[in-house]
Amino acid sequence: MALIELKHVVGGYGGAPILNGVNMAIEQSDIGVIVGPNGAGKSTTLKAIFGLLRVTGGTIEFGGRNVANSLPDALVPMGLSFVPQEKNVFTSMSVEENLEMGAFTRPDDFSETMDWVYQMFPVLAEKRRQPAGELSGGQRQMVAMGRALMSKPTLLMLDEPSAGLSPRYVTEIFETIVRVNKEGVGILMVEQNARQALAFASRGFVLANGQNRFTGTGPELIADPEVAKSFLGG
Amino acid sequence: MSAASPAARGWDSPLLRGLLLFAAMFLIVVVVGVVQGQATMLLILTQATAFALIALGLNIQWGYGGLFNFAIMGFLMVGGASTVFLSYPVNMEFWNSDGPMLLGRALLAFLAGLALVLAARRVDRFGIRGKGKVVVVALAWFAGYVIYRSQIDPAADYIESTAGFVGGLGLNPVLGWLFGGLVSAIIAFFIGRISLGLRTDYLAIATIGISEILRALIKNMDWLTRGTMTVSPMPWPTPLPQQLQAAGMSIADSFVSARVMFLALSVVILIVAFVLVQRAYGGPWGRMMRAIRDNHISAASMGKDVTGRQLELFIFGSILMGIGGAILATFTQIFDPSGYQPINHTFMVWVMVIVGGAGNNWGVVLGAFLIYIVWIISDPLAQLIFLNLSAFTDNIGWGAIPEIDSRALQMRVFVLGVVITIALRYAPKGLIPEVVKRT
Amino acid sequence: MDELIFFINRVLISGTVLGSIYALGAIGITLIFGILRFAHFAHGDMMTMGAFVSFVLASALAAAGIVLPLPTGFVVLPVAMIITAILALGLDKGFYAPLRARGARPVTLLIASIGVTLMIQGLIRLIFGSGTRSIYVSAPKDIFRFDMSWIGGSRPINITEPQLIMFVVTALLVVALHLFLTRSRLGKAMRAMADNADLAQVSGINTALVVRVTWVIAGSLACVAGTMLALDVALMPDLAFNIVLPIFAAAIVGGLGHAYGAIVGGFLIAFAETLAVFNWTAVLRPLNNVLPEGMALPANLALVPTEYKLTVAFVILVITLLVRPTGIFKGAST
Repeated sequence: MALIELKHVVGGYGGAPILNGVNMAIEQSDIGVIVGPNGAGKSTTLKAIFGLLRVTGGTIEFGGRNVANSLPDALVPMGLSFVPQEKNVFTSMSVEENLEMGAFTRPDDFSETMDWVYQMFPVLAEKRRQPAGELSGGQRQMVAMGRALMSKPTLLMLDEPSAGLSPRYVTEIFETIVRVNKEGVGILMVEQNARQALAFASRGFVLANGQNRFTGTGPELIADPEVAKSFLGG
Repeated sequence: MSAASPAARGWDSPLLRGLLLFAAMFLIVVVVGVVQGQATMLLILTQATAFALIALGLNIQWGYGGLFNFAIMGFLMVGGASTVFLSYPVNMEFWNSDGPMLLGRALLAFLAGLALVLAARRVDRFGIRGKGKVVVVALAWFAGYVIYRSQIDPAADYIESTAGFVGGLGLNPVLGWLFGGLVSAIIAFFIGRISLGLRTDYLAIATIGISEILRALIKNMDWLTRGTMTVSPMPWPTPLPQQLQAAGMSIADSFVSARVMFLALSVVILIVAFVLVQRAYGGPWGRMMRAIRDNHISAASMGKDVTGRQLELFIFGSILMGIGGAILATFTQIFDPSGYQPINHTFMVWVMVIVGGAGNNWGVVLGAFLIYIVWIISDPLAQLIFLNLSAFTDNIGWGAIPEIDSRALQMRVFVLGVVITIALRYAPKGLIPEVVKRT
Repeated sequence: MDELIFFINRVLISGTVLGSIYALGAIGITLIFGILRFAHFAHGDMMTMGAFVSFVLASALAAAGIVLPLPTGFVVLPVAMIITAILALGLDKGFYAPLRARGARPVTLLIASIGVTLMIQGLIRLIFGSGTRSIYVSAPKDIFRFDMSWIGGSRPINITEPQLIMFVVTALLVVALHLFLTRSRLGKAMRAMADNADLAQVSGINTALVVRVTWVIAGSLACVAGTMLALDVALMPDLAFNIVLPIFAAAIVGGLGHAYGAIVGGFLIAFAETLAVFNWTAVLRPLNNVLPEGMALPANLALVPTEYKLTVAFVILVITLLVRPTGIFKGAST
């Protein structure tokens, strides 16, 4: 049984649906990457999973249950975590407080997890008392990811993690994502940096007009001339 | 705003709904008239007419412009004070005394202070910019204030101790009403310049503050408005009951006839204003206003002068409020600054507009009449309830309820709150909502 | 020396009392704005409601014949706070939450809070009448006089017992709030939600719980502020209606959403008001000996006549909105 499975998901923000029957399956060992043109419904898919918009058709199965239209504070304890693209840190709170907020739903002692996050992002350990708003773009992205990891998710979803970052940070973020995945967290992310992201994707999904166009492993999709021509800029 | 479907039937059809509501309204008026008596009915109707005018003004500001004006009470006071100044009989004592000269000096001092501030703002021509300029301007304000106070304080004291107050010009009250509109427009201009850039909640708070300042000013300028000692009686544009009695009418008839004439005059003014506003709303100017209201940002990006248009709306609305306030003051024949309360004036007008239907002139007029009647009859109704309740508690040994009169009066406030809450829950767009025509 | 004592009595002490009241009220407003994103106009009436709850409890104690060394108004405060908090939750559940669920704009919520103001005002007047009363149901105020003759002053510094207790209570509450916001998980979640409500939800924070806690805090603090105001002045139905404006000004000046800003703003405005209506001549009297013949200080050199006291808060508000709309601590704005 897959960690998470989307079957014919239809949904939108009210009005015409943006997703018109999306299918997807991810295992906990996978790094899933969603690519496609603007307006294809990539971010919308993530938001649909996380209960941030209305799903009007199809099912989203996580941990054996249909969680479509559940609220985030029910999903986080179940092991789902989400890093939005923008405004993804609490700017007035310190780095450490941001991480603490990620662990809000955990009833147990989360200091081990916090050590793990600091190990993964050493620069955050240095700046733990600084307000997150004072950090650079790349560092903020790390805080955002760290916050999402504090709830010890089985599936981590990221919306364009490399957006607006300098190339050095982009590589670092992707390397971290691979490392996190090796430590047992499933990854599902949306990316504009299609080629770079698909390079290490174990499952790639090309979406257009709210529907699947191509599915395969990342390297397969990169190698496919049709995909390359239409979606990856040749 | 949702568009009106042309095929809507029954309650949803705006025309039918409007007619039904006005018919119901008419019925209520008749019932109240029978219970309370003709003269009282006419009193209620006239004041409701004035409030309808004021509500139209708020509709222009809020319904058309999305401007959160909570300074309504202030404008009503300004209108009242203006008509006092213009229509109250001339106070010869004042004109014969040194008063005018002292006031003239105070006026000069005011102008001198103003010139000082304006000059200070030009100081960047001499190379003083930034923080230095701010300091200079602040000093100019301070100096101007001190100069003005040095002249006006003795002038005010003198006038108050000799003639009492400035008195009026003895002109026709209708001119006084128009003057009320004019002064309101001027004040609206200044208020608008300062505050219209603020976002809605801030604008609300800012306008409440301005209203309070206006009230404090008017209440304390005894030399101009007689302050808490009040001005009365104010003359009417139509014959007063006393004048009709002198001509031979019976007392009861005189009240009815006099009020009928005043009412007729007020209704005429209301109709004129209504027609003007309706025409403007339907035309291109109105469309542009609504475009701005519904989306500032895109309108601004299309080159429309958003703040300028908002200022226009603010001023036009205030003119109607000033006139309405003047009519009220003239009708009750008393101008009492302490009698103005935010609840009675500002909030009630807001309830009228929201319950009636913001953005729809018919709705707003209906709302005005409806709410005002509800406001007025809450008191006697509450009295009835309290008296019965009191008899009951007396019987079971708890004793009668004290101060029924003043408590029943407070019922009005409570009822107003309930009405607004229910309206927001069940009819947020109002009884007769705005009808958006597809262009 | 006498002038300094006069200054301390009139400005320092009464300014601090007023500042405490403003601060406690402003904290509620700023928290509600930060978390629920609307201007809670009915806060003044929530303060009045709290004061009347205290009054009822104090009267009940007095009727039962219980006399205490402290003014009963303070003794009943914890219970009154709880009751007011429950009432605040009820207000939200009954009037604001349904509108929020329908996606109402902040403006609509403001109007709803006006409706609530009117209803509370009306109810209080209906039940208690519109007269003024004293909240001291038993003994009158104790006044502590500090003899200042040892520094050469001929008058004592006066602090009334209630005022002293007010300082202590305010300090305690502020410290408690600070600890709550910085040390507890729920407090931090509140700050998070005020910072970024969407992200707070995404992080799994129970936003409904945070909203409830906000009303509890706002309600209890409003109760304390209202009771203190009644103790300092007198108890009447429109008690706090008049200070809605200074309280909002305090919250805005401090930066909407920032509790500390509200405290600073409250004291700032209170002292500005007190200083503005203060008769400086009393303090500057020694200068009269220095000035040349013919020039004397006017009898009343107050910057602003007492009737215009309200305008001080308003002027500060306008200046803030024009110069630095986000306030001292950079809170929410447009």
